[in-house]
Amino acid sequence: MPAPGVVLILTVVAIVLVLVFFLVSTIVALRQITKGLDEAIASVVEIIEKTAPVEEVVGTINQYLDAGVDLLEGLLVKKAGMRDAVGLVDGIYPGAAAAGFRNFPESTEITAPRISEVYTKGTLTLARLGREAPIAAASPIGGAVLRNVTGGSLAARSLYPEVRQTRPERLQRSPVIGTDSPVQYEPSDSPGVRRRLPGGTAVLDDPAPATPPPANAPDAQNDPEGEPGADTRPV
Amino acid sequence: MTVWWILDIVLLVVVVPVVIYLLNGVLTEARGIVPSVRRIGAAAAAGSADLDAVPLLLTTQDQVIRTIETAANYGGSLDVILDDASEE
Repeated sequence: MPAPGVVLILTVVAIVLVLVFFLVSTIVALRQITKGLDEAIASVVEIIEKTAPVEEVVGTINQYLDAGVDLLEGLLVKKAGMRDAVGLVDGIYPGAAAAGFRNFPESTEITAPRISEVYTKGTLTLARLGREAPIAAASPIGGAVLRNVTGGSLAARSLYPEVRQTRPERLQRSPVIGTDSPVQYEPSDSPGVRRRLPGGTAVLDDPAPATPPPANAPDAQNDPEGEPGADTRPV
Repeated sequence: MTVWWILDIVLLVVVVPVVIYLLNGVLTEARGIVPSVRRIGAAAAAGSADLDAVPLLLTTQDQVIRTIETAANYGGSLDVILDDASEE
């Protein structure tokens, strides 16, 4: 065989060996890639299976939250009015007035009153809950104040029967009771109603604190509220 | 004879280096993909593990439903108790 033929054969063999080396190495690398992709695909399948019900659940949650927003926005606007509602929301969440209410597009055009700069949130809550609160006198909700601001604590008595309202401001001290008490009380004819109290007026009589009561009259200063014989006539 | 020698030289000087260069490039790129694929697999496995808390969404859903129902009942009571705002 001539020399060039031998060189050619050796060269071809060398090329084949190089091809085998690189191709086998490439095959090994591709197998590693395939194995890694299989693991990744398995994890991705798990992700898909785990996230499958998320859309339905989140959709339900959003549906209920939307209903809650509609409810609260509607109630707030209905009870406080659009202007005050925007002011209240802006007082609690500064800057929220610019976004307005979702179901009331016209709320974005309202200039929010600066309610939160004057009153605390608790005061605002009382003011919006009713006109009974003293602060309601300055409430922008309007309407007459139901409560006497200057004598607010006494105004609540109008909610109770007449006896409760007209009783003296200062009642006698609680009597000392017992067999050794300095004043012995006569037993009552009926539970809760005494015949008389020493130096007092009749329980069921109208009180007359300006004049001394008769000796045999029960004490008007005795508070009969809650007793069976008490005057429960409405105001 | 000369042609054979020329063919041998071309084969050794041109073909063999080109073949080696190309195969080496393919092998290098294939080996470079392997770490990336392993990282993808690890990230996917970690993401799948993070989604183990997804069933808790059902609890969240129940809580949201109950909260909104309570708010609706409360709002209904307030609607009855409080006067509506006066028209301006």
